[in-house]
Amino acid sequence: MANGSQTGQIGLRGWVYAGRFGLERYAYTLHRITGLGLLLYFLMHICVTSSRALGQAAWESVMGFLSHPIFRIGEFLVYVAFAYHALNGVRLILGELGLGLGNPVRPEYPYPIAHRRQRPLFLALMIISGILILAGGWDFFVTKH
Amino acid sequence: MREATLWTLHLAAGVVILVFLSIHMGIMHLEDVLTALGTGYRDALGWASVVMRNKQLYFTITYVILLAAALYHGLYGLRNILLELGPGPTAVRVIQGILILLGASLFVLGTIAAIAAYVR
Ligand code: HEM
Repeated sequence: MANGSQTGQIGLRGWVYAGRFGLERYAYTLHRITGLGLLLYFLMHICVTSSRALGQAAWESVMGFLSHPIFRIGEFLVYVAFAYHALNGVRLILGELGLGLGNPVRPEYPYPIAHRRQRPLFLALMIISGILILAGGWDFFVTKH
Repeated sequence: MREATLWTLHLAAGVVILVFLSIHMGIMHLEDVLTALGTGYRDALGWASVVMRNKQLYFTITYVILLAAALYHGLYGLRNILLELGPGPTAVRVIQGILILLGASLFVLGTIAAIAAYVR
């Protein structure tokens, strides 16, 4: 049986280890996970919040059910997913429009990597994301509980 | 529609969501932070706050815009992920049919709820 070093496949390790593809490969994995998580939540969220059209009693019974700590923690994870997906999404949109990647240059060794040009932007966005997560954590767990 | 158009719409929807979802998250989850800064109001999920928002046309309209943008963006994203797995032509049609049906029904549900809450 061929081993990983011959086939270039690293098996399960490839799910968590980005190798030479670096930081942005992890950013991609997280973007995909948070996107799917947000979508799953959103589909349920539409159904749950539509109960407001049925009046106060319906709304308060749904909200009462969802006040269980399990749902509160889930809700915080949705908030975290938003804070990440939104700001990383800004980087992706800029990149897809060709912004912030530097001008094209002749491919001479050692090849310049556009991602490296973009990395300061990425880090700045992640710092903002971290601040939003901390502010949200304060709201979720300190002032409410 | 051409694939490039669908994809451009996905990006455009991302920008629309960025604006309205940020406002939504700020109201719902940074209410105490904003109150500490001197703006915002408390108890965003209390019935009184819900009614107050629902009676403002601004919220009715932006909720429906956000609903459409996020359904399109999220379901198109899911479609991309599923099509990357390389399903055959029949499977592609089934996947797209299910996603369109799901998106359309939730859009109708959410829009009816927003309008009903406004006129109530
Ligand atoms: C907050 C504003 C948001 C922005 C700026 C944003 C931006 C983006 C961008 C740029 C992409 C990648 C497109 C690509 O490179 O092909 C993406 C993918 C995706 N987004 Fe969002 N998004 C936002 C909110 C949401 C929400 C609320 C949902 C859920 C309803 C969502 C679900 C997804 C999904 C499922 C994908 C596909 C992920 C993948 O292909 O790996 N996004 N988003």
